[in-house]
Amino acid sequence: MSAHTDTYDPKVNYLNTDWSIKSWLLTLDHKRIAWLYLVSISGFFVLGGIFALLIRLELLTPQGDLLSPDGYNRVFTQHGVLMIFLFLIPSIPAVLGNFLVPLMCGAIDVAFPRLNLASWYIYTIGGILIVIALITGGVDTGWTFYTPLSSTYANSQVMFVALGVFIAGFSSILTGLNFLVTIHTMRAPGLTWGRLPLFLWGTYATSLINVLGTPVVAITIGLVGAERTLGLGIFDPALGGDPVLFQHLFWFYSHPAVYIMILPAFGVISELISAFSRKRVFGYSFIAASSVGIAVLGFIVWAHHLFTTGMSVYAATVFSALTMLIAVPTAVKMINWTTTMYQGAVKWDTPMLYAVGFLGLFLIGGLTGVMLATLGIDIHVHDTYFVVAHFHYVMVGGAIMGFLGGLHFWWPKMTGRLYPESFSKVSAVLIFVGFNATFFPQFILGYMGMPRRYHAYPEEFQVLNIFSTAGASILGVGYLLPLVYFTWSIVAGKKAPENPWGAMGLEWRIPSPPPTENFVKEPVITDAYDYEHEILKEQIEEIARDEAAAVPSTA
Amino acid sequence: MSTHADSALAHHFESFEQQRTAASLGMWLFLAQELMFFGGLFTCYLIYRSLNSLDFAIASSELDITLGGINTAVLITSSLTMALGVKAAQLAKKNQLIGYLLATILLACCFLVIKYFEYAAKFEHHTVPGQHFEFHVPPDLIEKFELGPERLVQMEKRAEIFFSVYFAMTGLHGLHVLIGIGIAIWLLFPASRGKFNMDYHAPVENFGLYWHFVDLVWIFLFPLLYLLGRNIHA
Repeated sequence: MSAHTDTYDPKVNYLNTDWSIKSWLLTLDHKRIAWLYLVSISGFFVLGGIFALLIRLELLTPQGDLLSPDGYNRVFTQHGVLMIFLFLIPSIPAVLGNFLVPLMCGAIDVAFPRLNLASWYIYTIGGILIVIALITGGVDTGWTFYTPLSSTYANSQVMFVALGVFIAGFSSILTGLNFLVTIHTMRAPGLTWGRLPLFLWGTYATSLINVLGTPVVAITIGLVGAERTLGLGIFDPALGGDPVLFQHLFWFYSHPAVYIMILPAFGVISELISAFSRKRVFGYSFIAASSVGIAVLGFIVWAHHLFTTGMSVYAATVFSALTMLIAVPTAVKMINWTTTMYQGAVKWDTPMLYAVGFLGLFLIGGLTGVMLATLGIDIHVHDTYFVVAHFHYVMVGGAIMGFLGGLHFWWPKMTGRLYPESFSKVSAVLIFVGFNATFFPQFILGYMGMPRRYHAYPEEFQVLNIFSTAGASILGVGYLLPLVYFTWSIVAGKKAPENPWGAMGLEWRIPSPPPTENFVKEPVITDAYDYEHEILKEQIEEIARDEAAAVPSTA
Repeated sequence: MSTHADSALAHHFESFEQQRTAASLGMWLFLAQELMFFGGLFTCYLIYRSLNSLDFAIASSELDITLGGINTAVLITSSLTMALGVKAAQLAKKNQLIGYLLATILLACCFLVIKYFEYAAKFEHHTVPGQHFEFHVPPDLIEKFELGPERLVQMEKRAEIFFSVYFAMTGLHGLHVLIGIGIAIWLLFPASRGKFNMDYHAPVENFGLYWHFVDLVWIFLFPLLYLLGRNIHA
């Protein structure tokens, strides 16, 4: 990299090196590709959010007045498809992961930059197909596309959505493949596996699931497509096919997909808590290993989605036990994070507010997950708002809090600008309050028996539904604020220093925003969590010892 | 860094060694992905086969074992020519590489032509799933297994599942062969310019891996679809 040092101009960075549209759309720079994803996923998030708003407005009153029953089905399907496949799954890996994986590895780029750009285009094509389905009338199958509803009875738009999900799936397979190879082969000398930042461990585990899980849902959705277009009958009960087989294959990917959404957030939270507690992350190897553990265990729990669908009681018991087992590595993480904060010098900057919010919300999401793994309770609350509340606590309270926390943390590095601290704190609090107001009542509603996916409900559920809708409006404002002040900060925010948080990671030792080649000098790997300067102290002590050893001879 | 002037080494790699390791690992991960992709289909096959063992055996005895057998030989031979091609690329033997790539393409085309005749026969016999699907259990088997009229109707329906699985699996495999032909043709261009040598041959080597994988899938498909339960007429 010495070649670049000679020509290095500190005024030129990856953002201002070329302003043309072509230079963005054909860029091979992982940092710019992260921006392409950030813009796309933000668009899909807003779109998915509008559908969420429609759902909450419809549920303000017991009778169906805003939407027709069929219209309501379409709205919640679009909300789910957009949020899961086009926002949550790519959010942290494709935006923060693309930006950070090479930086944290001390590399110039990911292993396959052209494949990386291709992944964004593949994702975009998938997204466009899904939006076409939406414009031409929408789909009412739910984001799960259960057969025979999707294969026999649903309208033709389901083919666009299925094809979109199929194609977008290959984007996450290829991104995962790229990260795995990058982490394996592109680490700078000295960056051993035991020194790998925990964000990279989270990304690594996520990428494993992406590469091994996504193809299964791809072939499954492909078979539904073949059933509709070519007349093959693999899931068709009329021919002796088994629609429940579709559910098994679908959840074989789609349950691990929950870990695709949450594992990167775990990685972000590990970085944030250590940085803002000014303390070495507690139990580094346990946090790292539990990420991989969750990825592996995540593959053998899928059938808990089918407890009420018809399964032998022995299979159900085994899957119930395996599902509870996943709480162990997750609890290991929670305990390590709280222990990291214990006796730390905690600073309440915005990213830390998100991290602490994450701990609280994810705790509720995780514990209700253990409840749902219990056979008896699951049968009682299956397909009720209890389940809806549970997975929103995990995916929104967990994954989105992690995403926003990470975005606030690395924003100065990505843009070279600071965002307004006061606004960002207000939005973090609004999101936390709004989120709880929206989804906590849904636990109670579900436990009382309000089923999900209906546009109308009995009158006695109205009070809690009004709470939920009111909370959703607070949550909506909370999400709009970052959109506004982040955009504002790109233009008018204060210039960010190299390391505004005093963080120890490799990415904080290069200019903000980084130059195109990332590292001006050959990166020197040190400990990413040396917040108490233990290693520095050791070196000082060593020097002192050497001197002390030298003194007596002269004395 | 001086090696960066060499066009075969991408700018973000430090050495050929690193570039080769990355390309190779990437390809193996891609094959793992492919394995899971086919894995979903194999799961469908296994479950339906174990649930409808006799139905599948009877339906599968309709397949043309001669054509299937010839195709197996053709595909294995193409794997051999591909392996020799990789060796030629590593040794920078340009003409040999072109020859072996052409042989692989030819054999792959041969496989698809034979597959075409197999498919065409199924269209003629109405054993393609869909509206015009018809399947008749051979009379000797009705007698042998003492199939009642109800069971016979059920069996003739279940045959459609078998042929659905058959077309899904061989269709997806055929698609992979077709893509393989495309990549092999594309490789002919850099090969004819003599771009491959000891330092840089990852594209040929990785395509070789892909081709062996496609071959290996067929090695599983052939016995599962054509051979299992073949002794039913005996």
